[in-house]
Order: sequence, then structure tokens, then C-alpha cells
Amino acid sequence: MPLILLIIWETTCRAGVVSPIMLPSPSAIVIKWVEWLRSGELLVDVLGSLGRVTGGFLLGAVLALPLGLFMGASPRIYEYFNPIVQVLRPIPPIAWIPMSILWFGLGNPPAIFLISLGAFFPILMNTIAGVQNVDGIYLRAARNLGAGRGTMFRRVILPAATPYILAGIRIGIGTAFIVVIVSEMIAVNNGLGYRILEAREFMWSDKIIAGMVTIGLLGLAIDQIMNALNNYLLRWHRGLDT
Amino acid sequence: MDYISITNLSKKFEGNGQIVPALQGINLTLSRGEFACLLGPSGCGKSTLLNAVAGFIQPSSGEIVVDGRPVIEPGPERGVVFQEYAIFPWMTVYRNIAFGLEIQGSSATETAGRVDALLDKLGLREFRDRFPKDLSGGMRQRVAIARLLAIDSPVMLMDEPFGALDALTRRTLQDELLRIWRESGKTILFVTHSIEESLYLANRIVVMTYRPGTIKHDQTVTMEYPRDPAGVEFNELKRELGRLVMEEQERHTRDEMKMV
Repeated sequence: MPLILLIIWETTCRAGVVSPIMLPSPSAIVIKWVEWLRSGELLVDVLGSLGRVTGGFLLGAVLALPLGLFMGASPRIYEYFNPIVQVLRPIPPIAWIPMSILWFGLGNPPAIFLISLGAFFPILMNTIAGVQNVDGIYLRAARNLGAGRGTMFRRVILPAATPYILAGIRIGIGTAFIVVIVSEMIAVNNGLGYRILEAREFMWSDKIIAGMVTIGLLGLAIDQIMNALNNYLLRWHRGLDT
Repeated sequence: MDYISITNLSKKFEGNGQIVPALQGINLTLSRGEFACLLGPSGCGKSTLLNAVAGFIQPSSGEIVVDGRPVIEPGPERGVVFQEYAIFPWMTVYRNIAFGLEIQGSSATETAGRVDALLDKLGLREFRDRFPKDLSGGMRQRVAIARLLAIDSPVMLMDEPFGALDALTRRTLQDELLRIWRESGKTILFVTHSIEESLYLANRIVVMTYRPGTIKHDQTVTMEYPRDPAGVEFNELKRELGRLVMEEQERHTRDEMKMV
């Protein structure tokens, strides 16, 4: 099916039915992609985008995880932080762009801020839910065996909440990926997001689509890595038996 | 010498604007090394009593003293085997059994030696590095028992631990529990609603009344082990205890009918 689609796409383009600006042919896109790769620019862009995703995601995760654990474990801390979380959470990271540029100027800092924001809330919400949903029987069993607070957190609550946390991380990475492209379009001058916007200026449709495909492939690769991590960390979980 | 002494224990639960008296005026003492069963229909407060001894719930009044110390919180000297499978699913069998020892700060070699010995003792050796999801219900309860043996809890509190097992697996585990009890001299408090199970295991059977839970009958069982469930004495006692338990079961049923 995808092959048939590609053939139809290629032949319509070659027949001159659509202008190459509106829809370049697949072969033109591939040629452009190889050219982009050989110039060395693609690598810089990919690494730039990945670097920002990684930095922003880690920052968001490092903040969200402990806060989520504490909010999930203590009703007092939950009550304290929940109102502000509920107000901030629905604001899409995109809406933070103007303020982040005012605060951090241009370049990587606002991009990383926005990405971390995008990753922060899904991880936070899922971590809270994960901790709150830990089956009480495990807490009782652990207390019975003499577990103190530290052991309880590290060896009982954290692993029990891992399925939720990983789901949150997955959503967080997805959001981070969306936000990195948007923030590169606005605040940075390299990266895949910047490059496809730049290509638009010159009407390089083939490069725009080559960039889009690259983003898609990177997303797929990250998802595969997450899948493998999931399967490893949750190898004890019944849900993964097939 | 009273090893476990429960004095004037009462527990009321509040919910939906109602106060349910779960336990009322329980007085019970156990000697070291006794195997006592709490027997009664559901709603008689037997699990509540066990949880109070475990330190999971605070009594409304009264006191529990174990080995000279009042019970105020859960502790490893009163190990619990839960009704549900409460071994940690994210740990391998080995890690589950080692958990309590590691908390106590036992060294890696010491832990390994101890755990491996228990794996052999309970027939779990080939499951050493498996996760609980790969284990049958019977195997999981073996792990739960091994987990307590590892930390050598002098008191074992068991809340219908074999209730979900098929009859044959249950008998096997009952036999193993008896063997462990007789070898180790542990004091066991075992909750069940099965008259036969209590007669097969315990040297003391405490029948409880339905709501509020009080002690209806305290039976010492002197039959030799291993006991024969088809034997005359076994069945005489079974009939007598059955009559007592069924009286309470009928009150339970009447209560349920009223609620509809």
C-alpha cells in the first residue's frame, strides 16, 4: 500500500499535474535529503534538535519526578501544590513563547525552557497518579518487613508507580518533540524546526518535506527506544505478557 | 507465660454515619509456640483482630502486648502472610525473600546464604530469578512465607493465606507450614473460615461471634500430628465446631437479608 501510494505520487509529479512547489516528487525529496546530509548540515540540525529535546526533557523530568512522588505520597504537599498545577497545566507550552523570549532572550535557553515545560506536566501528573494508585497491600507488607521511609520510596513506591511514570515519560517525550520544532521555528537558528521554516522562505518544498520525514523518523526511533526501555523496566509486569 | 496477650480489645469502625462494632471485649492469651486459629464467618472480626496484632489498625480500646512489648505499629517481629498475594511483583523471588534481610542491613553473602537455604527448604530453587507473575498461587504464598522465615519473625500472622488455592495445593502448603512450625517453634495466629483447616493445623481454635466479634469458644486441640481428617476425633470436633460456627453464620445471613 505505501509503495503504491509512492508510485502514484511520483508519477503524478513527473506528469506535471502538480507544481513541484506544491508537492515535490518523492525522488526529488530523497535527492534533496541526501544533499542535505552530505553538506553536513543535516547532522548539525538533527543533533541540535535532539540535544534540545534531551536537555529540556531531562530538566522537566528531573523537576517533575520528585515533585510528583512527594505530591502523590503526601496529601498535604498535594493540597499545597495542586491549585497552581491545575492552573498552569492547561496552558500549552506554545503560549509561553512570548514570555520565555522576554525572560531568556533568543537561542537555546527559551527553547529548553519550553521543552521542559512540555515534558514536565505529563510526567508530573502520571507520577502523582502512579504513587496514589500503589496498592496498599504492598505498603503494608513493606512496613511489616520493617521498611523505613527511604526504602519504602525507593524499593516499593517508585517501582510500583513505574508503569504510570513510564507512560508519563512517553507522553512527555512526545510533547517535547512537538515543542522543540515550534521553538526552533521561533527562537533558534538551527535544528530541524528552523530548517524547514527557512526552506519555506526559499520555497524549497522538497527540503521542507525532507525535514518533516526526518522528524518523523527521529520520533519513531525515540519511540522504539522507549519501547525497549519499557519492556525492560516492566519485565515483571503481567500486562506485557503476550 | 503469656507471649501474646490481648486485653479488653475493642474496635469500632465508622462509615456512612454508622458505627460498626467489629470487635468487643476480646481477651485472649497465647503461649510461645502455640498455633492458634481464629475461626468464624465473614464479618466476625477475625481479620480485624489479626490486623490489630500486626499493628496495622489501632484498637478503639484495650491493649495488645507481644513478648512484653505493647503493639503500636507494624514490625518484623510480627510477620504477616496476607490473604492476597502481597509479594512484590517487581522483585524476583530472590529479591522478595531478601527484602527484609536487606532492610536489617545483613551483608550480601549472609543474605545470599540465608535466602538460598530458604529457596531449597520451600522448593523454590528453580524459581529463584523469576518474577511473581510466572508463579502459581501456591508458589507465591511459599515466597510470602519464606520472606518471613528469612527475617525469622517469631510470630507469624496469617490471614486466610491458603484461601485462594485449590484443595490439593492447600493441603501441601498446610503440611509444609506444620513442618516449619514444628521445626521453628514459631507462634502462629492463623485466620480461617474453614473448620477443617483449623482442625488440621491448630492446637488452639478460637471461635468468634458475628458482629460484634467476641470470643464464643476457645478450644484446645490435642490430637497428634499429622492429623487424619477422616478420623473419629477429628470429625467429632468438626461437628461440634461446625455447630458453633453455623450459629454465627446464620446471624450473618440474617443480617445480609435485612440489608437488601
